[in-house]
Amino acid sequence: MTTETLAGVDVQVNDEGFLVDADQWTEEMAVELARKEGIDPLTDRHWQIIHFMRSEYLAKGTGPSVRVLGKTSGVSIKELYQLFPKGPAKVAARIAGTPKPKGCI
Amino acid sequence: MGAYAEGEWVRLIARMNGRAIGDPMKRIVILGGGTGGTLAANRLRRTLRADRASITVVDQNDRHVYQPGLLFIPFGKERADRITRPRGRQLHRGVDYRRGTVESIELASNTVHLVDGSELAYDVLIVATGAVLSLEETAGLTGPGWMEKVFTFYTLEGATALAKALEAFEGGRVVVNVFDMPIKCPVAPLEFCFLADSYFRKRGIRDRVELTYVTPLDGAFTKPVCSRKLGGMLGERNLNLVTEYNTASVDGVEGRLISYDDREIPFDLAVVVPIHSGAPFVFQSTGLGDELGFIPADERTLQSKAAPNVFVLGDAAALPTSKAGSVTHFEGKALARNVCQYLEGKSLDGSFDGHANCFIESGDAKALLIDFNYVTEPLEGHYPSSIGLPLMKESRLNHIGKLLFQSLYWHSLLPGRDLPGVGSDMPRAGKHFESTAVKESAK
Repeated sequence: MTTETLAGVDVQVNDEGFLVDADQWTEEMAVELARKEGIDPLTDRHWQIIHFMRSEYLAKGTGPSVRVLGKTSGVSIKELYQLFPKGPAKVAARIAGTPKPKGCI
Repeated sequence: MGAYAEGEWVRLIARMNGRAIGDPMKRIVILGGGTGGTLAANRLRRTLRADRASITVVDQNDRHVYQPGLLFIPFGKERADRITRPRGRQLHRGVDYRRGTVESIELASNTVHLVDGSELAYDVLIVATGAVLSLEETAGLTGPGWMEKVFTFYTLEGATALAKALEAFEGGRVVVNVFDMPIKCPVAPLEFCFLADSYFRKRGIRDRVELTYVTPLDGAFTKPVCSRKLGGMLGERNLNLVTEYNTASVDGVEGRLISYDDREIPFDLAVVVPIHSGAPFVFQSTGLGDELGFIPADERTLQSKAAPNVFVLGDAAALPTSKAGSVTHFEGKALARNVCQYLEGKSLDGSFDGHANCFIESGDAKALLIDFNYVTEPLEGHYPSSIGLPLMKESRLNHIGKLLFQSLYWHSLLPGRDLPGVGSDMPRAGKHFESTAVKESAK
């Protein structure tokens, strides 16, 4: 675990780059987190997924998998990969400040 | 019914049976006559007097498959007829078995609708309909090349057809591909890899076969310690590992997998684990399941989130544990207890700890054993106590354990008995909590 400064705020980040406390997240942080993933700028479609990830996480306690995103977010899996090329569920969760989706046991 | 309304008849008969007035016969309906449905019905029948509750098991066919046996069929070590028995015969006397396909469940009226138009009313419903393979969710999968060049061993037909294909295989690229999680028995595709390596070596053609394991996960397996161990075993056997691969389509003509991020993996023979979903009726039942058709439930009591008189068992449930027969078996005790408590209007005190126990065939007549629950990941040591089967290590003893298990399955597990020396809760004795943690922290 390390401390990073995102949008002027000190936050705890785990070994895989996920925010430890999802409540600390702000939209300004998302812009910086996205840049680290090589995504710049964030388009409306990106924001749609980011907000969806957060509402799912807050409602269910875990983020959705790629397959669930494809079925429920209104964005197809193919487009999700275009928006977040290195793996939509993981990358979108990182930008949205939510934990790595479990989805797989 | 003459002078008596139906309710009065029930009370009259109840009085004749020596039961209290106002304690009518309860109807327990169990959907699914597989591992979970069968062991739940048998456990409950032993506990509940026949005049207190009727138990009806509904399934769409009469073929109960011992699913762990599917893994051995492709290598000629098992046959379809030796791992299949009639469903009805596994149920105790006093359990009604009904053939039928479920159309939907109406939670508000406690009714199960069957496809043939008939209805079943219940006081308690237990859903144990497992997971189904959603072949149609992967583009091209069942197109040209299906069952010729592209197979799954997750069905009797697929495993049997694959046996013929492997026998005729003389060399080339074999890919084993898990499309997405969750799947039944998450270790099975890895076991397939180990057994395939051993099989090709025995045939003397291993040097002509390139074996690749392709997974959507970021490692060989889901649990970190175990993932490293199994990943290492793939390497030792000269198997390639491709991670974070989400298969978009299968081209059975050209022989290639194509991922959503446009990575292509060529093959001469593909062994795939298709996408899993809950049973079709779950999608037709308002408020019952999640997006994938699995049913959210309390992870300790197994009571569904949808309604207090609906319980879920086995692969049908959306729980943070593996979809595996051992899990279903260990859930049985808590489930039966809680159904009885519910019927008596008492609080649910049966508690499932997420216990899973899996033999992992590693080839050459050896196997590993892993044992874990919601909070403890697989550790080294022995099971079920300090004297017992070695954990996380290849051994002949574990392989023999796996082979002997089928007999226990039909004769102890399905009848709803506890296995000798094996409790439902994960045993802590025999596990090396500290040494495994120390070894891990050194990595």
